[in-house]
Order: sequence, then C-alpha cells, then structure tokens
Amino acid sequence: MLLSPTTALLLFALAAPIALLVLYSFWTQSGFNVDTQPTLVQYATVFTREGYRTLFLRSVAISSVVTLVTVALAYPIAYFVAFRVQRAKFTWLLLLTIPFWTSYLLRVFAWKVILGFNGVINSGLISLGLISRPLEFLLYNPTAVVVTMAHTYAAFAILPIYVSLEKIDRSLLEAAADLGDGPFRRFMRVTLPLSLPGIIGAAVLIFVPTTGDYVTPSLVGGSDGVMIANLIQVQFGRVNNWPLGAALAISSMAAVGIIAVSVTQAARLAVARIR
Amino acid sequence: MEGSDFIRIDKVTKQFGAATAVDGVSLHIAKGEFFSLLGPSGCGKTTLLRMIGGFAFPDEGRIVLDGADVTDLPPNRRPTNMVFQSYAIFPHLNVRDNIAYGLRVERMSAGERNARVDEALAMIRLSGYGERKAQQLSGGERQRVALARALVKRPKVLLLDEPLGALDKRLRETMQIELRQIQRDVGITFIFVTHDQEEALSMSDRVAVMEKGRVLQVADPKTLYERPVSRAVADFIGTMNFFEGRLVDLSNGKATVETAALGRVEASMPSGGTFAPGARVLIAIRPEKLVLSHEQPEAPFVPGKIVAASYLGDRSQIQVSISGADTPVAVVTQTSTAFRDGEFVYISWRSGGPLLIAE
Repeated sequence: MLLSPTTALLLFALAAPIALLVLYSFWTQSGFNVDTQPTLVQYATVFTREGYRTLFLRSVAISSVVTLVTVALAYPIAYFVAFRVQRAKFTWLLLLTIPFWTSYLLRVFAWKVILGFNGVINSGLISLGLISRPLEFLLYNPTAVVVTMAHTYAAFAILPIYVSLEKIDRSLLEAAADLGDGPFRRFMRVTLPLSLPGIIGAAVLIFVPTTGDYVTPSLVGGSDGVMIANLIQVQFGRVNNWPLGAALAISSMAAVGIIAVSVTQAARLAVARIR
Repeated sequence: MEGSDFIRIDKVTKQFGAATAVDGVSLHIAKGEFFSLLGPSGCGKTTLLRMIGGFAFPDEGRIVLDGADVTDLPPNRRPTNMVFQSYAIFPHLNVRDNIAYGLRVERMSAGERNARVDEALAMIRLSGYGERKAQQLSGGERQRVALARALVKRPKVLLLDEPLGALDKRLRETMQIELRQIQRDVGITFIFVTHDQEEALSMSDRVAVMEKGRVLQVADPKTLYERPVSRAVADFIGTMNFFEGRLVDLSNGKATVETAALGRVEASMPSGGTFAPGARVLIAIRPEKLVLSHEQPEAPFVPGKIVAASYLGDRSQIQVSISGADTPVAVVTQTSTAFRDGEFVYISWRSGGPLLIAE
C-alpha cells in the first residue's frame, strides 16, 4: 500500500503510540517486567478506586471552568478586533499572540512569580501597606491553576472566535437591525449563532489539552490542584506501573472525547433553537 | 409636486473623509410611489438610500418620513425596511424563519405570525419552500425571500439596493415585472437604487438621476427620456447625438439654432432653464428620431457616409459620419431597408426630434 508522507508520519507518530498505549492497558506489571496476559484488571482499578474518580472529576471540573473563563474573556477581545478595529487588524492579532512567543513552561513560571509567597502581587500589596503578611491563598490551589491556564491558553480561544466573527457578512447584522433588533437582540439572534463554530473550536482546543495538562497543576496547583495527568505521569515515572498508567490515559481520553462531543452537540442543538 | 411630502429629504449632505458622497440633495417622494435613484457607481445613490434606512447618518440636512423626523434614528426604530444588494439571507435560519425574523420582534401571536409568513410565501410564489435553508435557494429565490422578509413588516417605505443586479438578464426582466406588480398590490412606497437606466425607466413612477452626489433631474421616465435638462442626463439615459450650435431665435416655445453640422435646426425648449439669443447651446437628437435614406429627402437634411452598421434583429444601429461633427452620428432604423458600410446616405430628422440643451 502506498502511503503519503503525511499519512505515514501520522501513523508513526500518533496511531502507533496510541495503539501501544491500548495494548499496555490490557497488560499487568509484575515487578520490573510486564505480564502480557490480556486482562481488564487495570480498567477495573481505574473505575473502582475512589481516589481516581475524584481526581478525574476534579480535572474535568477545573478544565471546564478554564474553558468557560477563557472563552468568556476571549470573546470580547475577538469581537473587538473583528468589529471595532478598522485598520491594522493583523498588528492587533500579532500583539495578542506575543505572550505565546515564549515557551509554555516560562509562562507558567511567570504566574508562579506573580502569584507566589514573595511574588509580584504580595510584595506589591505589602509595599503599598495594604497587607502586612503575604496572602497565601494565591498560589497552590485550583484557582491558581484556572488563572494560569486561562492565560496560557487565551490565544487558542481568541483566534478561532476571531475567524468566525470576521467571516460574518456585515449586511446580515444590518438586516437584523433593519428588521427591528436592537444591539443586544441582534447579537443573540445573529452574531452568537453564526460565531458558534468558533466558540466550539475554541472550547475543544482548550478543554481537551487542559484536562490532560500536568505541567500547570504540578507547578502552581499544590496538593488540592493535582489533576489526572499528574497521576498518569507518576504511573509512568516513579510508580513504574505502565499498564495502569495506560488504562488511566485511555479512559480519560475516551471520557474527554465523549464529554467534548456531547457538550458540542448540546450547544449546537441549543443554538439551533434560536429563531 | 402635489401631495409628494410623504418622504422629505431636505438638503442632505454626507462626507466620507474628504470625499462628498451626497451633496445637498433634496427630494420629495409621494406615498405609494415607485421612486428610483439612478446613477453610475459612486454617484451617492446607495449612500442616500442607506441614510433613509438609518445605516448612515447625514452630516447636514433632515430626513422626514410621514411627518416624523427620522434623521438620527437607528434602523430598528424607523418605519423602513431594506432589500439588500447581497440579499443578506440569514444562513442559520430556514426560509420561514428568515421571513418571520422581523415579526418576532413585534408583539404578535404565533398564529398571526404564521399566517403573515404563509401569506408572504404565497406572494413570492414560494409556498412549500418554508423549511429550506438559504444555501438551497437560487439567486432569484433568495431575492424573493429578501423581499418577503422586508414586506412582511409592512413598512411605510421599502428600500431596494440594486436588488436585481446579481441576477441574469432573463430573470432580471421577469423580476422587474414581478416587483412592479407586487408594489402595485401592496401599495407601499418603494425607493429603488439602480445603475441600470432601462430598469429605472421601465419600473418607476419617477426617477432621480444622480451624479457626483447631486441630483441632476427628477422626472417621470417619459420626460427624462424626451426632455433631459442637461447633457449628463441625456448621455446617461439611452443614446443621444449632440451638436454644438448658437441660439439665434426664440419664439412660440421654439428655438432656432445655427449648427455647424446640421445647419439651421428648429428645436423644442426644455421645461426648465433660461436661454438668451446668441448663447452657445447644444442640439440633442435621439437615434430613432433621425431618418436615413438613399434618395435625397425634403429639406432639412445633411449628407453623410456610413462608417458602421450593426444588425440587431428588429432594428439596425448605424453610425454615419457627417462633415462638421467630430463623432459619427448614431441612427436607429427599421431593418426593412438595408444600409451597408461605405454607402452615401442622407440624414433628416422628424419634427420634435431636436432638443435644446444648455451647454
């Protein structure tokens, strides 16, 4: 069979590792060796151990909040650039992506510096005399994870929403106003439904990777901010239980997929009811 | 004009940066009138229409609709509706919901709304198309949906921004008749923007010819064609031959003009404008008011030579060069007599053909 280079690369770099992961999830770890007798015992562990479920639900909850917050904050920015900026739109978009010219890790560290015990916010407030001791609730909790992720993923929300808004024919907005809509009704009846593909794209682009993110929770999350990816990483690392790690990864991948598809579908149906 | 105060456009001016799009335009339009704004692209007709609809606001002047000053009102608070050039059919809604869009803003029972939509669908002969999406419609169908969506609001004034421009010729001609029929049936005032002079003449009660942000002439189609007040209007509407000359006499509503090309010509006076004997003027003659013959006719006539003859089926368009005129004279003849390139012919003109126009 002839394969195009792209297909070959995808097979090699994406399909093969996932297939390997699926394979591993049906095996068991015995000491330093892997027992390749197929079994569902790893999945039984994943679904029955309460700690895992809590961790998974927390991950979904945190990334849902991140998704909501990021899309809600990105929408007005994208709207502004698409509808209000008349000249040099490209410059605006370029400026909005400047934070993304540095590495993801550096951006997370930057938030650690901002939110930390002796960080920018605390030392700023102390030098202003507003507080006498550093605030401890800023860092190492789920809120810190949400704040950090919302910032680090912002461009992934702004760009797809911007594209969908930019594509809206301006005469449709004029027609809505002409037919009697004030600005708010017009937004709800025309702009929002027509920008839904951008919103869905943005939400998927944020929800999927943030659920599986382990850098941000491990750097700014503290013990309450631990997410499912941290657990998976430990299985492949310190604990050295690859089959359990694989089962956890496959399960959360499936769960994230199901959640993303069903929420997307629900949003489409809800918006299709707007007349 | 009597009773033409339904829409009053009063010295409206609109600037875009340094360019003046609409320059001190005043118009009075009567209730139930089919009124066209005609002019080349960039003449300000669309800007004027958008100001009537509330999509642009004049820098100076007022717009009064049915006694209410609407100059500064947004589109959703005006008794006007627009058929957009692109039709602006909502892509996320089906035909029925597109037409019902404006009715949902009004307080109205679902039953009444549905009845109004059904009525509108029947009017545009698209009953049974209600569930279709915009993408499934042809250009002509979209145009009709846009029309129904605007008319279902029962506006005092319907604004149409070159609604037939995107259609092919045959469909455009059908839609012209249909649009005129609908306008008569609903009795709503239409303001129709077009750059197509035939379209404007065939559909309108009155036409305003615009150029460079100004109105050159407002008149019914017959007057516009037969009594244009200026060279620009005469040039824009149909084909016109111009001959330079000097006014020698004015009497009994007739002007006598001495021209280099045609000699002494007796011309009809335009309705407006004042002329003094001795002034430099133009004689304008439509191609169909000229007569070609191989034999010498009764005076007055001029001899010429055919430089081009195009056969158009029901008529022929013939270019004749004559001495004293820089450009060949256009003549339209019936095809019963054959005229060929290079033939020597005589041009004479029907009485009432020559018009006097200020230079």
